[in-house]
Amino acid sequence: FLSLPLQAKMSRPVQARRLEGIDKNIWVDFVKLAGTYAKVNLGQGFPDFPVPDFLLEALRQALGGNHMLHQYTRAFGHPPLVNVLGQLFGKLLGRELDPMSNVMVTVGAYQALFCCFQAFVDEGDEVIIIEPFFDCYMPMVKMAGGTPVFVPLRPNAPKDGSLMSSADWQLDPAELASKFSERTKAIVVNSPNNPLGKVFSQGELELIAELCVKHDILCISDEVYEWLVYDGRQHIRIASLPGMWDRTVIIGSAGKTFSATGWKVGWTVGPDRLMRHLRTVHQNSIYHCATIGQEAVAQGFQRELTLYGKPDSYFVQLPRELQRKRDMLVQSLVAVGMKPIIPEGTYFLVADISEFKSEVPDVPDSDEPYDYIFTKWMMKNKGLAAIPLSAFFSETSGKNHTNFIRFCFAKEEATLKAAIDILQKWKEEKTS
Amino acid sequence: MFYASRSFCCRGIRTCQLRTDLLSRSFKHSASATMAFRHKNTRRIEGLDSNVWVEFTKVAADPSIVNLGQGLPDISPPSYVKEELAKAAAVDRLNQYTRGFGHPSLVKALSQVYERVCGRKIDPLTDILVTVGAYGSLFSTIQALIEEGDEVIIIEPFYDCYEPMVKMAGAKPVFIPLRCKSNGNTVYSADWVLDPAELANKFNSKTKAIILNTPHNPTGKVFTREELQVIADLCIKHDTLCISDEVYEWLVYKGNKHIKIATLPGMWERTVTIGSAGKTYSVTGWKLGWSIGPEHLIKHLQVVHQNTLYTCATPLQEALAQAFWIDYKRMDDPDCYFYSLSRELESKRDRMAQLLKEAGLKPIVPNGGYFMIVDVSTLNVDLSDVDEKQPYDYKFVRWMIASKKLSAIPLSAFCGPETKKQFEKYIRFCFIKKDSTLDAAEVILKNWNKQ
Repeated sequence: FLSLPLQAKMSRPVQARRLEGIDKNIWVDFVKLAGTYAKVNLGQGFPDFPVPDFLLEALRQALGGNHMLHQYTRAFGHPPLVNVLGQLFGKLLGRELDPMSNVMVTVGAYQALFCCFQAFVDEGDEVIIIEPFFDCYMPMVKMAGGTPVFVPLRPNAPKDGSLMSSADWQLDPAELASKFSERTKAIVVNSPNNPLGKVFSQGELELIAELCVKHDILCISDEVYEWLVYDGRQHIRIASLPGMWDRTVIIGSAGKTFSATGWKVGWTVGPDRLMRHLRTVHQNSIYHCATIGQEAVAQGFQRELTLYGKPDSYFVQLPRELQRKRDMLVQSLVAVGMKPIIPEGTYFLVADISEFKSEVPDVPDSDEPYDYIFTKWMMKNKGLAAIPLSAFFSETSGKNHTNFIRFCFAKEEATLKAAIDILQKWKEEKTS
Repeated sequence: MFYASRSFCCRGIRTCQLRTDLLSRSFKHSASATMAFRHKNTRRIEGLDSNVWVEFTKVAADPSIVNLGQGLPDISPPSYVKEELAKAAAVDRLNQYTRGFGHPSLVKALSQVYERVCGRKIDPLTDILVTVGAYGSLFSTIQALIEEGDEVIIIEPFYDCYEPMVKMAGAKPVFIPLRCKSNGNTVYSADWVLDPAELANKFNSKTKAIILNTPHNPTGKVFTREELQVIADLCIKHDTLCISDEVYEWLVYKGNKHIKIATLPGMWERTVTIGSAGKTYSVTGWKLGWSIGPEHLIKHLQVVHQNTLYTCATPLQEALAQAFWIDYKRMDDPDCYFYSLSRELESKRDRMAQLLKEAGLKPIVPNGGYFMIVDVSTLNVDLSDVDEKQPYDYKFVRWMIASKKLSAIPLSAFCGPETKKQFEKYIRFCFIKKDSTLDAAEVILKNWNKQ
């Protein structure tokens, strides 16, 4: 026999309302499936080649050194790391940075994003998200009580029938401008963009910057793939545009910079008046980040600072190596009949799988978009893992892009060759 | 703003320059608008920016000060723990992302250790979440299960993050103090107790959870079975959750036993139990913790986790898993680190308590944990000329750092607004320190009255 207040309590769900609508997550499902079925995994974005030697050496040295590196360090960032980040980003932005107030270390770029949304997005605030987007932006905005407002990159296929580049996916300026309202608090800009690989041009960033300044909103700039740009393109930092430093938080990642995604070391860079609110969120959620990873990453950055622009720099060698792999994959996808969109940056590549639709019939009454059905089938039947592109779109827009899948090409050559072999055999089976 | 063409993909230096000029001009005109910057912080973090550690960890960075303040060991972690990390980093795959809710070998090891301790089956995939420190577990638990309209009972003194985390979740903290019931010569943390009637009064229909911390920071109290039963009875009666912070679970001294409230009847289904690698293996800088509980609660923590930081560092988790296997295999052996660390700390505890008494201070001897709180009122240090508004213990610690070169943490940092007067005569020392640090503290304490 229960009292009335107790009954009322028990009829309420145990979990908080902030979790509403954010419980689904593509990676939880795909990582599980890939673990079971995938012989060749080009799905989740992480390298399968080793972390560079100099970084491992830095970790070994840290482990052999002062045992206090196994204890708490400064909560807002291990001094050697924030110092070198301050130096490097000061140089890149052309501005004097104070490592103590303009830099904060986070548990991967993921936690940096979380701090931004928690610090700046209140109930009722709108946040503009450019589609396709790294999937966590939307649930993070929702968890903060905000409303995501989507604006799509639209493909403009070249008239001569040549392969599309990620540069051909563009924002419509009028459409973008129409998304700004009094309730707009921030816009998330991800360049180079995951999943398309688009590297926003100076003009495109200026367009966004103008609107940020005009509407006095914040810019959350996810630049984790900043070093992975190809064909001589340049990564432009929106915070360096006029009027933008004061309203931008830049996010970076050691995982992507140094091919060590499992180390989960990220950072934010910005003006103190924004950073202090990130610090408040950080000190009330995670507080300290692991020390030893920060120590090793700091040493890695010291090396890169001395080698900056030189041929031995990892920031020069990695994109060169990845561009080769990109080109290899592009060629092979064309040969088997998938139409790749050539990425200007990142280690992702999106391909149109329309040619293979006959192989994997649609399931009309399924609540899953076609590309989900395709990738799951491909994983189970061909052992090749890729990610459906509609995972990176809002529900409504996703319906327009169900013929694309995303490959990660930050893989050893053997892995890429194995993937190509699978596709080659599949094509041969198709035509026979 | 006038856009000359729909295609704005920059195709020449001239166009770029034109855009930059337009942008600069618009910036200059709206400069006054940007000055009236409307970007305040969100409501959820209003008032949560200050923090006792910001001041007192900075102070302790001075090497001339004997640091017994912040809770971090200056002893070395066991060598096999460090070796396992070196081994893990040498494996390519272990430097990349692992399973979000916890590295498979780690959750397996945790499930084995805790199955043995709890005497019940624990599913590594559904009943465990690995987080960035116990701090991360507290945050995930509170964000998952607590919201506006809820009340959360917090026992004072409390680990300081509980209050701001509850507030950040929009809920109301309800405090209840431990009170000292002994007047004897030696007071133990066990003498600090809750008043059952007072505790019962704190529960109502809005009470979503109670946060329990045993062994307790800062007093070192190890809640007895009877004390836990009182709390459990109330949780069951009011259908309240229990967030049980047990990071110091292995650090219990002779004559004391750590009991998991989740093992009491009716409690497993409503309890999230939190543990810490940092405290278990003296590696606070690894920032790995875990939440263990029933699937129907842990699944919500996992949702928070996948929307906050997704995965924890892989090589650290692998190394921790291997360390756990080593100690799991010798849980019947006194050499198991879980027991040997506790023995090592007990002698440090006794030494510290002795030194403090000899200096005229009144320590509350902890039954567990690696902190000791000390009543400094016995010294009658007159600090009335210093800033009135600050609580006495803050002033005392600052004075002690400046004049005695010894640091501690003021206890009123660990209590709610109503009880500051009750706790402001106490300061907290950390004694998980190597002998040379305690030797240096001894010199200061022995010379205390000579200045």
